[in-house]
Amino acid sequence: MSGYFAHALVALSALLASGCASLGGDDPRDPYEGWNRGVYRVNDKLDQYVARPVATGYRKVVPGEIRDRVRNFFGNIGDVFIGVNNFLQGKFADGFNDWVRVGFNTTVGILGIHDVATDMGYEKHDEDFGQTFGRWGMGPGPYLILPVLGSSNVRDGIGKGLDFYTDPINETDPWQAQWGLVTLRLVQTRADLLDASRILEEAALDRYVFQRDAYLQRRRSLVYDGHPPREKDPEDDTEKKADDKKPD
Amino acid sequence: MTPRRKLMTRSLTSMLIGLAALWCLGTARAQEAPDVLVKNVTLEVVDIIAKDKEIKSGNRAKLIKVIDAKVLPHFNFSAMTALALGQNWNKATPEQKKRLTEEFRTLLVRTYASALAAYSEQKLEFRPLRAKPTDTDVTVQVRVLQAGAQPVPIDYAMEKTASGWKVYDVMVGGVSLVANYRTEFSNAIRESGIDGLIKNLSAKNRSLEAPEKK
Repeated sequence: MSGYFAHALVALSALLASGCASLGGDDPRDPYEGWNRGVYRVNDKLDQYVARPVATGYRKVVPGEIRDRVRNFFGNIGDVFIGVNNFLQGKFADGFNDWVRVGFNTTVGILGIHDVATDMGYEKHDEDFGQTFGRWGMGPGPYLILPVLGSSNVRDGIGKGLDFYTDPINETDPWQAQWGLVTLRLVQTRADLLDASRILEEAALDRYVFQRDAYLQRRRSLVYDGHPPREKDPEDDTEKKADDKKPD
Repeated sequence: MTPRRKLMTRSLTSMLIGLAALWCLGTARAQEAPDVLVKNVTLEVVDIIAKDKEIKSGNRAKLIKVIDAKVLPHFNFSAMTALALGQNWNKATPEQKKRLTEEFRTLLVRTYASALAAYSEQKLEFRPLRAKPTDTDVTVQVRVLQAGAQPVPIDYAMEKTASGWKVYDVMVGGVSLVANYRTEFSNAIRESGIDGLIKNLSAKNRSLEAPEKK
């Protein structure tokens, strides 16, 4: 099934490549800015005319209680490889925690629709192959906007490929059920992001730049599990201290 | 000592003690521990939102008024603006600095209002402060809990000033708000100067205001 998806991606990429000139970006983290902005525009239209309306409708029609069940169900499936990634990163206690979550939530939580593990003190984590590569010392590489999937970078793009490849939902039979689940998960995910994306739009002067910087900061933070080392930025302190002398 | 003198000293002493006590209370209020401050202010605002029908039904102007009164005094906006501008801050005139700070504050308050309106019903967890009593620069951690997802950390970077602890950056899920504006601001300044950025910001603010007046 993932083969179709790959073909669709390649086709879409080719389409885009022919459409946009190479506006060279001057941000060293984003050398393909011209290309990225092109993909961004297409993704944005796709979101505006398909994903967002569907997600908005879903949120209107489906009560919050049910949406929680759906989120939990997919979250439980995700926990399997979140655990694998924690083990790969050498965080054995965390990996164990994730698999205990799967154990309780699948049984007591009825196929994952109730997140009973959180109430028992087993907190949910956020891990994927991109983060594992980062933990192993791989740098993020250039920023990349993937068709449909959005913000990424070279490292996370490869990671995402592995995430897809190992996705337990791929094992679903028949294929109609598999695509049903994949679609439902996409809709649920987009619905969960409706508020955040609206706030982002309000906050940004240039949405492309704002979203890129937020993505890069977010991923860096995730690789270090929320405790990234301070970036070497000489501006960081001097500026603030200079200003603090002023009473406000 | 004559009895009269004694009485006078006594009353003078008690007055001094009273004054000292008052002064202590005053500073205790101003120098409230940063984590306690964040918790109290957050809970107070969340409570106001929960009880106010107009705010709940989407009255953004009223919500912004609440934030102006309750939250703003604890933010150091000139420090935030300076941080977001980086080296360009030193190139700005005092008048430009003032305008920039005003416009940036308006934008941040509006963003903050939208976030509050969207997430104020989520469960919050206030984490104990990990800092020495002598620290003057701390990070206060709050976490937003939601069913079936990893908690979202909100970190307030705060600095001790003469008028109490002030927030100079907010990090949501590891994304520093101030750092996130840095590229946008420097791009705008490179294209059209500091005045261009001011124009940009005020146009943005006006465009966000417009739909509300209807």
